[in-house]
Amino acid sequence: MKLLICIKQVPDMESRFKVGAGGSWYDETDLAWRMNEYDEYAVEQAVQLKEQLADAPELTVLSIGPDRVLEPVKKALAMGCDRGVHVQDAAAAHKDPWQIASIIAAYARDKGFDLILTGMQSQDRGSAQVGVLVAEQLGIPCSTTMVGFAYDNGTITAKRELEGGLKGVVKLTTPALLTCQLGLNVPRYPTLPNIMKAKKKEVAAIAVADLLKELELTGTASVYQPPKRGGGIVLEGDFAAMADRLLGILKEKTAVVR
Amino acid sequence: MKALLICEYREKTLLATSYELAAFAEKLGAEVAMILIGDDGALPRIDGKLYLAQAAQYGEYNPELHKRIVLQAVERENPDYLVFAHSSYGWDLAPRVAAALKVGQISEIVGIADGAFEVGICNAKLRRTVSPRGSRAVLTIQVGAFTPAGEATGSPLVEKIDLPETASALQFVGYEQAEKKAVDLTKAEIIVSAGRGVGKKDNVQVIAALAKALGGELGASRPVVDAGWVEHSHQVGTTGQTVSPKLYVACGISGAIQHLAGMKKSDFVVAINKDKDAPIGEVSDVLVVADVLQFVPVLTARLQ
Repeated sequence: MKLLICIKQVPDMESRFKVGAGGSWYDETDLAWRMNEYDEYAVEQAVQLKEQLADAPELTVLSIGPDRVLEPVKKALAMGCDRGVHVQDAAAAHKDPWQIASIIAAYARDKGFDLILTGMQSQDRGSAQVGVLVAEQLGIPCSTTMVGFAYDNGTITAKRELEGGLKGVVKLTTPALLTCQLGLNVPRYPTLPNIMKAKKKEVAAIAVADLLKELELTGTASVYQPPKRGGGIVLEGDFAAMADRLLGILKEKTAVVR
Repeated sequence: MKALLICEYREKTLLATSYELAAFAEKLGAEVAMILIGDDGALPRIDGKLYLAQAAQYGEYNPELHKRIVLQAVERENPDYLVFAHSSYGWDLAPRVAAALKVGQISEIVGIADGAFEVGICNAKLRRTVSPRGSRAVLTIQVGAFTPAGEATGSPLVEKIDLPETASALQFVGYEQAEKKAVDLTKAEIIVSAGRGVGKKDNVQVIAALAKALGGELGASRPVVDAGWVEHSHQVGTTGQTVSPKLYVACGISGAIQHLAGMKKSDFVVAINKDKDAPIGEVSDVLVVADVLQFVPVLTARLQ
């Protein structure tokens, strides 16, 4: 059994974001990078399946981007993936979801993956398209927003998270693609011995030009700071003074604090 | 210009997001056609042609079949835009339709800008204007971003639509209801919610103490529930409870759109966050820029 796990590196969302030069993406300087949170659940689910099936599945983790994306690939290897694929592309952030999906599909097409896992969306762009587009381009069944996963002899039972706490249960058979929602599992922290072992695992480098044959279907006109709503009071400084000020405001403006 | 609206239907009910699609189309200035995989008893009160396929036959969730039904309607209507809600139904189905048509998709639109569309990136800290490269596009709109003006009173012109065959690789088994709510936050007058900023499970008691001192209920954002620090019945947001208390205090919550959707109708919002730029600040009446674990105990002590 062969699995492909597609991961993206994204900035820490607590960062302060500025518009980048050229005005079509955010400024990448001074940002701390990490594995897209949704993708961590995909990696964990793949590793859990490998454990369930007595180590039989082979796990390939793929990421597209500049050299910095080797960091989350190494983390995925330390979590338990077997080998990495780095699609080298310094301009990945400027490709649209259709192109990104086409790169993954071009890589995966003749490899016979039984299961492809990825996050339901990225934390920075958040289009929630790439996973589904990969499945469509490969012509395999797909389900999204997974918060529950069970595998039995080629049949997957996936729980989809719907609105208001409702879940939808679906069954599909491999080959298939699933996109992972937050809370699917508890992603493990790589242990030191596994981090050391991961250093010996192979990461293949592929030039993006070898895989990308598609033009973009959407384009970014501009990126800008959203208009501030304003009006809200901002309190800063001494804790005791802020607490007094806040309670004063609450007593004046709400009927529920006295 | 014509927009094909893909209405939503679940548990034998038309979902209210269908009216948001119509509000979006109106803002766009587009003529409207609709598609619904539902039933004759739950039609949208919107004027225009409605292609109706029976959910009893094609399932409430079967994106493979629903895709083919939408494609049939596209063939008949030749729309410029296909509009979905950015919901568990829409984000699942829209890319399949976009891929089949090989047209671009623009996700989670919050505004219209001169033939292009505005979307948020990086947790809405920045905005991006996107345009389709071709003349047709698939669009998903952020739930809550386009609200209908008033009570809908239209009546659709129904045309049945069917597929010649219903083979599918995907099988819908059924729904699983949320566990019984131990806490009904929808009736609370004061809610004090803990977010990821509390750092660890042990620190949730700091927020719970403030909730108690204020006489309110403890709420939580998704990451705190996913991490197992607080039970799901306390979760505020799209996939938890939608609340509208007189006072909402968000402690260490950055303000993901899914959380904001669940609490932005609160009468008065206080956010305590060390990140002055956190999106929660956009919906707050008061933003206290401070570390929650340092500030909240000071506030709680004042109340006791």
